[in-house]
Amino acid sequence: MAYSDKVLDHYENPRNVGTLDKNDPHVGTGMVGAPACGDVMKLQIKVNDSGIIEDAKFKTYGCGSAIASSSLVTEWLKGKTLDQAAEIKNSAIAEELALPPVKIHCSVLAEDAIKAAVADLKSKQPA
Amino acid sequence: MGLLQRNYFELLGLPTQFEVDLALLDQHYRQLQSEVHPDRFVTASANDRMQSMQVATQANEAYQTLKNSTARARYLLQLQDIETLEESNTAMPAEFLMLQMEWREAIDDASSAKDITALDTLLAEIKRMAKSLTQELSVQFSDNAYERASESVRKLSFIDKISADIHRAIEQLEN
Repeated sequence: MAYSDKVLDHYENPRNVGTLDKNDPHVGTGMVGAPACGDVMKLQIKVNDSGIIEDAKFKTYGCGSAIASSSLVTEWLKGKTLDQAAEIKNSAIAEELALPPVKIHCSVLAEDAIKAAVADLKSKQPA
Repeated sequence: MGLLQRNYFELLGLPTQFEVDLALLDQHYRQLQSEVHPDRFVTASANDRMQSMQVATQANEAYQTLKNSTARARYLLQLQDIETLEESNTAMPAEFLMLQMEWREAIDDASSAKDITALDTLLAEIKRMAKSLTQELSVQFSDNAYERASESVRKLSFIDKISADIHRAIEQLEN
């Protein structure tokens, strides 16, 4: 399958690969997986005291589209509030990366990972 | 009831349940295939010929589905109108996903180190997990715990995929 230039760029030069301390109260971790293709994605976000995401890291095992989707969202997440982060839609990711229909589930995985990371962070913070 | 209206278990003369006697499955499948073999329908009416062919196709699908425990479980859930959502349900227990990640890292490490023994060891570990998940499925079906069975199918789906990937990695090292 032919990947778009943007997918190839993220796949060859993934941004923000790595790990944050999952026990840090300012860090939220989202782990999701796609049973149909076996892809696994870990997305972590770190917020500052004003509730703005100042860092995001990912680790993904999967196809080029899954890696590109997670790499792209780590770029998008920085500077956003948690509510803004939770509004990122898979359709925007798929559009930006020009994903073909059979690879849409990779962008769904990235959206679900963001939601899981935000939920994890919110559960850590006092209401 | 016509043969084509039966579910896969009924078609192959087996009880509709997770436990399957694989020897009996083989035997009933071969028997049905010989009953509907095209050679027997050379002089039959066009209608009978077509129907025998449909049964033969369905028997083949039934056999492929029932002999594999993951596919069998998925099919049993479908009979209960439960979809296993392997395309869209991405929420898995975190520790299971962590394990997937560790296994993926181990495959990468072993492949770069050209360590076939490590891959074989990993494959054995994964087979043990598949076996215990299959045993869990059996309990879940006897308890009618379909939601949990559905999650077990999703886990087995990961396991089937990673097993295939390890086999491929081993083949590449052997060539």
